[in-house]
Parts: sequence; structure tokens; C-alpha cells
Amino acid sequence: MTVESVFPRLEPLLPRVSKPVQYVGGELNATLKDWDETTVRWALMYPDAYEVGLPNQGVMILYEILNELPDVLAERTYAVWPDLEQLMREHDVPQFTVDGHRPVGAFDLFGVSFSTELGYTNMLTALDLAGIPIHAEDRTEDHPIVVAGGHAAFNPEPIAQFVDAAVLGDGEEAVLEITEIVRTWKQEGCPGGRDEVLTRLAETGGVYIPRFYDVEYLPDGRIQRVVPNRERVPYRVFKRTTMDLDAWPYPKQPLVPLAESVHERMSVEIFRGCTRGCRFCQAGMITRPVRERSIEGIGAMVQKGLEATGFEEVGLLSLSSADHSEIAQITKGLADRYEGTNTGLSLPSTRVDAFNVDLANELSRNGRRSGLTFAPEGGSERMRRVINKMVSEEDLIRTVSAAFANGWRQVKLYFMCGLPTEEDEDVLQIAEMAKNVIRAGRQASGRNDVRCTISIGGFVPKPHTPFQWAAQCDPDTVDDRLRKLREAVNSDRSLGRNIGMRYHDGKPSLVEGLLSRGDRRIGHVIEAVWRDGGRFDGWSEHFSYERWTGKAAEVLEPLGVDLAWFTTREREELEVLPWDHLDSGLDKEWLWADWQDALDEREQDDCRWTPCFDCGVCPAMGTDIEVGPTGKNLIPITPVGKGSPVRNPALTNT
Amino acid sequence: MQKLRLRYTKRGRLRFTSHRDIARTFERALRRAGVPMAYSQGFSPHPKVSWVGAAPTGVASEAEYVEVSVVEQVDPEALRTALDAALPPGIDVIEVVQAAGGNLTERIDASSWRVELDGVSPEELAAAVERFMALDQVLVERLTKDGKRTIDVRPAVVSAHVEAHSSDAGHDEPGLSQPCGILMTVVRQVTPTVRPDDVLNALREVADLVPPVPAKATRLAQGRLDDAGRLVDPFAQDRGSLATQGAPVAGKQQEERR
Repeated sequence: MTVESVFPRLEPLLPRVSKPVQYVGGELNATLKDWDETTVRWALMYPDAYEVGLPNQGVMILYEILNELPDVLAERTYAVWPDLEQLMREHDVPQFTVDGHRPVGAFDLFGVSFSTELGYTNMLTALDLAGIPIHAEDRTEDHPIVVAGGHAAFNPEPIAQFVDAAVLGDGEEAVLEITEIVRTWKQEGCPGGRDEVLTRLAETGGVYIPRFYDVEYLPDGRIQRVVPNRERVPYRVFKRTTMDLDAWPYPKQPLVPLAESVHERMSVEIFRGCTRGCRFCQAGMITRPVRERSIEGIGAMVQKGLEATGFEEVGLLSLSSADHSEIAQITKGLADRYEGTNTGLSLPSTRVDAFNVDLANELSRNGRRSGLTFAPEGGSERMRRVINKMVSEEDLIRTVSAAFANGWRQVKLYFMCGLPTEEDEDVLQIAEMAKNVIRAGRQASGRNDVRCTISIGGFVPKPHTPFQWAAQCDPDTVDDRLRKLREAVNSDRSLGRNIGMRYHDGKPSLVEGLLSRGDRRIGHVIEAVWRDGGRFDGWSEHFSYERWTGKAAEVLEPLGVDLAWFTTREREELEVLPWDHLDSGLDKEWLWADWQDALDEREQDDCRWTPCFDCGVCPAMGTDIEVGPTGKNLIPITPVGKGSPVRNPALTNT
Repeated sequence: MQKLRLRYTKRGRLRFTSHRDIARTFERALRRAGVPMAYSQGFSPHPKVSWVGAAPTGVASEAEYVEVSVVEQVDPEALRTALDAALPPGIDVIEVVQAAGGNLTERIDASSWRVELDGVSPEELAAAVERFMALDQVLVERLTKDGKRTIDVRPAVVSAHVEAHSSDAGHDEPGLSQPCGILMTVVRQVTPTVRPDDVLNALREVADLVPPVPAKATRLAQGRLDDAGRLVDPFAQDRGSLATQGAPVAGKQQEERR
């Protein structure tokens, strides 16, 4: 079967849409393979706009790993904006990949990476445009196997009827295993059809096939149990963990788009996992244990990546980058190596301590010192004990004073609103903290024009966290607290004029909450919203709260449940949660105990530096924390270029 | 410090890049190619790259110009080869010269364009062009960020004629390969800029000409108009010769094909 590029049909539409360059492909380091030379073909989607999806590390890594296999082809596709969607429908152009502009429906597998639940409606658009039935049960062997991955796949129940499979955890090895199973099945002549290949995937214990499980409900609407409905299918599905990051130095050839994207830099993941134990943080819980990339592995990835991309900035990525056991050596080594090449280094800095300021100073020694970001998350000391973000106000003031004394002019602070047990006073403390930051900053810098920006997000309880049982705060309460906070910030103009406040209203968070902790019944809501035109729910200009609440009421009321039941209702210890059969390694009893500790305002130490507190992940997964120090150093690579991190002897002979 | 002047193209699907896309892509390619770029001083250093005009998004070009400054002497041809290899196919570096002084911007006051109108017959197009050229003033509306703006297209158009061409291979659909009209026009660079789109809107204004599919425009050359209405190559002085050069012939244009 020869698959033609749809580009000739797409091209005449492009002058009529906004930012057409996002649909033409041709990124640096993209791979285009011969269709007929390959056996297994993946279309990989990040279900958001190209500018958001392209820099996604997960998709980039899987794309490269799959394309390294000689008989495997992987291409990328992204959500098209409504202007192009309409034209594609009018002119009968299917969902296409940006690499070969091949129709997504022609691939063997369609992998969708969900960083957030707000991409669900975009997946439905893509399936529909691709001519793939949106319901998994309506698909035949002619359709791709639709596989969900990413953090949201840890509770894929809301999209259970739309996906054929879901993979929990790290994808590097999982995609290879899936590829192998599909390759063998195809080579055998597809015995047993679609059911058989899905069963073979389920048998591995690491791929969840929702249709092979039945959900039974209690009369009050809660789940009674979730059980396999056929042989060869395990009761529980486990997450995947890639242990040795140095063995997986991807992306080796990061993609560089022609179009502008949300991250104009290349990223090197310096470790995976986090042991800080912030109770709200799903990423920190589901990516355990901590696995560090070695200092030498990081140095090599930065060097090769800069040569391959020409980016001016490198982000050292992780959930809490300052926690790498050799972070000081890494930052100093890289800063030495790239001195004079106009190469910026950045560290997503969330830890609030003076050490972090030292790191930031090192990284910015050749460049500008604009803003530093810290994430206290909770406004009051009490709140921070509840969420297990152990930082005192004195720490913060000491840290920001050091920052301002070192020439930094702006501090950005991240907080959440709507946390469990939160009262108005906890949120109003944020204003006090910001004012104290301005006072400390003025004193430390001797200038009046220091700035503090407070950025506040609505808290959404997530599966596989100690807060999975918590009642989500209703949007009216969140909005009311934010209004009071704004008044408190502005109450003293001499300080308030140096404080910026950024926040969103609480409504989108409630919908995110519905999708995060929803079960299979929420699938009907997603479909109804999508059929009514719901698209790009992560974008305020497209998101419609009224549409979501309206459809939720329509769909859920006949089932005896409602939006509040899924969101603002606190769950009890013995309630069967929709994701209980999906194993992130975390011991449910430990999660419950940690939830009780939260309510008692008791903190939990970090297992990276203190003894194991038995969250359950390492014994359940057969893993262990993998941290340094290795004691190695980065050897400065000399000479590096002038005005460029690359030296080209053909141009200059000095 | 050495200053170099580059002529490059924007071909094929790369025509959908905006000027900002091109600028970013260029700066990254300069770094990958190991060009010893000079950087501006100050708080936020930028590589010294100065752009001379830019073809609009959606429009292809055979003649875009940019100047770069380097801190070490480089051979212009070596730079051309290295940079061309580092840039995506479609952005092709055609020529690099060492600047012999003077101001490049002042050597450019007009462009010649080739606009392919699929589905419009050469006769229909020629009639519209004739009517347009006979007028002294043709007002069209353009949507800008600040709302609608009326501009007079006619004075900017120095010359315009029509050529016939069988349909471009990129649009090849069975039964559609009838000849299409190609508008060849030289447009003076005035303020506000008159773009190929504005000329097409003017043709719609005067002759109701509406192409069934979006037209494909390509800038063929830029330069200073001489008394005979021809464009003088902006690099002529840098090359040390004063030869004038007409617009490159259409057949030389290579479409990027992948």
C-alpha cells in the first residue's frame, strides 16, 4: 500500500490560515523515511497546538528512539487550529503528520501524549479528521491502535472508550516493546485480528487495554470494582520505569522548528523523578524513584545538542533541578565551557534557599540578571506544612535578599489557591510575603525599583497523590480569595505598586478536576462537549466553562451523579478510586497515611537525603533511587568557538 | 570586525515562514555553522545581523538580503558554503560578498515579482493588467493591526506584463493542467509598502479578477531602478564591478521538493 502525501491538497489552504508555517514540517533534525521500507509505523501526537507540542520532550524522545530502528517509522502530528480544521473538512483533507504529510489513519499505531487532561477534546478532533472512529469498539484492523501516554494516562478512565491502550510511566522501553509485539503480529499475518494484538499487549502487564476491564458501580454511584473480562489479562497494570538515564541520552538531535514555539531553547533532562514529596504534585509522585543522569552524560548531551541545534539557551530540566547531587559542579563546568559563546544556561529553580541563588549567579555570570523564580506554593507556614513544601518565611526572605544583593531585580513567586484545609487567611499571607520580599529587596539592593510577581494557580487534586481523596475547592471560593488577595496587595500602594499579580479564575481548574479524577462516565461528557464544538480547552480564548457544566449536567444527571460529585466531594478511605487497578507503585495505605499527616499539618522528609519512608515504589517496582555523586568533573572543551559554541575550522584557522 | 552581505532565497514551502521565523532560523544556523559572530554590547547581547526588508509571509523569494558582522576574518565563499549547509533546504545562500562600504538599504528601492495565478487564463489576466496600467490611481483596502487602511497601488507599479505558463507541478491535479497566467511586475518600494497581494487586490478592484486558488508570488530581484527601469544589482559595488543585471529568468528558479 503506497501512502501519498496530502501536502498538494493542503498547500492551497495554507495561505488562508494563521501561522501556516506550523503545518509545513521541515524542522531541523526531523526524520523522513520511506514508507514501504518499514514494517511498523507510528504517528505520534501531542494534542495541542504545534507551538506547544513541538518542544515536548516526551514526543521528541520517542520519535527519535523509534526512528533509530531500521524497520520502524515515526512521524509527528499536532492539533490543527479551528481555522484549518474547517478548511480541512471542506476540502476533505485528513489529519496529517508534519513530517511526510501522510494521513494519520494509514499508520499502525497512533500514540497520543497527554501532559494534561485538557488535550482530550483535541484528540477527538484528530481522530475524527483522520477518519478513525472515535470509539475504540468501532475500529477495525484497518485503523491504527490508539495508545495514550503521558502523565494523564495514569488515570485514562475518562478516555477509556476512545483509546485502545494506555501506557503508564516512562515510554523509552515501552514503545520498543509495543513495536515488537505489533511487528511480530503483523509478520504472522495478523492472527486473531485486533483483539489478539491488544491481548498480547495486555499480557505484558505494562499496557492497559480499557475494553478488557469491566467497571461495576454501587447504587450510590461509587465504583464497586474493576475486573478483567477475559483470560490472559492481568488484574493490575504496572507503570514503566527507565532506570539508567545515561543509557538513554535522548533527544540526541533535538528538533528545531521554523515556527516560534513556547520554549525557544533546548532541554537536557538531568534527572527524572522527585522525592521532595509535595503532596499536591502528581509528577513528583508518579515518577519515583529519583534517577540522575551523570555529570558526564549531561555534559555530552549539552555539547551534542548545541552542535545539532544552534540554540542559544540550554535548560537543565527536571522536577527540582537544584537537587541533583552534583548540580554545583554541573553548572560551574558548563558555565566555564561556554564562556564567551553567548550560550545561556537555565535551571527551573523551585527550591527556596541561598544555594539556589549561588547556582543562578553561576549560570548568569556572562549574561543578564533579570528574574529569579521560587515556588513556596502555600502562602502561610501552616499551609506549607499541609502540602509538605518545607520552607519558612525566614528562608525565603534570606534567599531573596541574597538574590537582590547579587544584582537580581525581580523575584517571581508561585503559589496555589484552593488547597485542602485552606482558609482566607492562608491566601492573604501571600500578600504579606510579597510585601516582605519588596522590603527585603529594597534594603538588600539599595534601590526602590525591585519587583515581585506573584503567580497563582488553582489547585486540582490529582490521582496517585495523597490529595486524591481531597475535596476540590469550588471556583467561587477560589475567585473570592483571589479578589481579597488583590485588595490586600493593593492596600499599601508604596509596596503594592512593585508587586505584580497573575492568576486565572477558578473555573477551568474545576473542569480539569473533573477530567483528572473522573471515571468512564466522564467520557460521555467529553464527547458531548467535543460534539458541541469544544476544542483547545487549555486556551482561555477557546475554553467554555458553560459548555462543560452544561454538558456535564446533561450527561451525568441521568446517572445520578454530577460535576460536584466528581470534584468538590471528599472521598473516603475505602472508596474504590477509578485508577486503583493502575499501579504507580505508590502504596495506597502510605498515600492515605500521608493524607492524614497533611490534615494534621505534619511534614514528611525527603528520602533522597533521609531514610526511606516506605512510599512503596522501590519494592513494588524493583527499583531504587539512583543518585550520585560520581565525583567526576566536566573537563572544559577547548577551544570552543568565538560567538558560537561550535568551532568550524573551515571558516577560521586560528 | 568584518562585514559580509548575503543574498539568500525563500523557496518552496519555506515561503510560509514569517520574517521572525527566518531571523531565528538564520541566527541558529550561524551558530551551528560556527560563524564567529560579533555580538552587540550591553545588557542583552544580540548577534550583529541586519535585515534589509523581507518578503511577506506566504511569498517566496529569490533575492533576500542580510548583513552579518564577524569578529574574525572569514572567506565569503567558505561562509556561503557552511551557512547554506546549516540552513534548511529552501533557504539557500546564493552569494556572499565582503561589504565595500556604503549602505545596502540605499541600493534597493524596487523589487521585481513573478505572480502565478493558477486557474486564471493569460488573456483574462492581461486584460485586467491593461486596465490597471491605464489608470492613474487604484485604491485598495488592507487590513492592518490598526484596522483598515486605504492605499493607492498604482503609482508604485513601475511595469507589469503577463506571461503564460503550464500549471506548476506542485498543484498538479488531473485535468487541471491548463495554462495559467503569470504576472511579471516591478514594484517600487514606497511607504506604505505595496505587496503582491495589494496588486492582486487592485486587479480585483479594476477588473473583478478573483483567482480560484491563492496566487503564488515570488520576488525575483531587488535593486535600484536605473533610468531604463531595470534593477541594478545591490552587490555590484561590493564585487568591484558596476555591471547591471536584469531580473533572473524564471527558469532558473528551483522549487524545493521533498
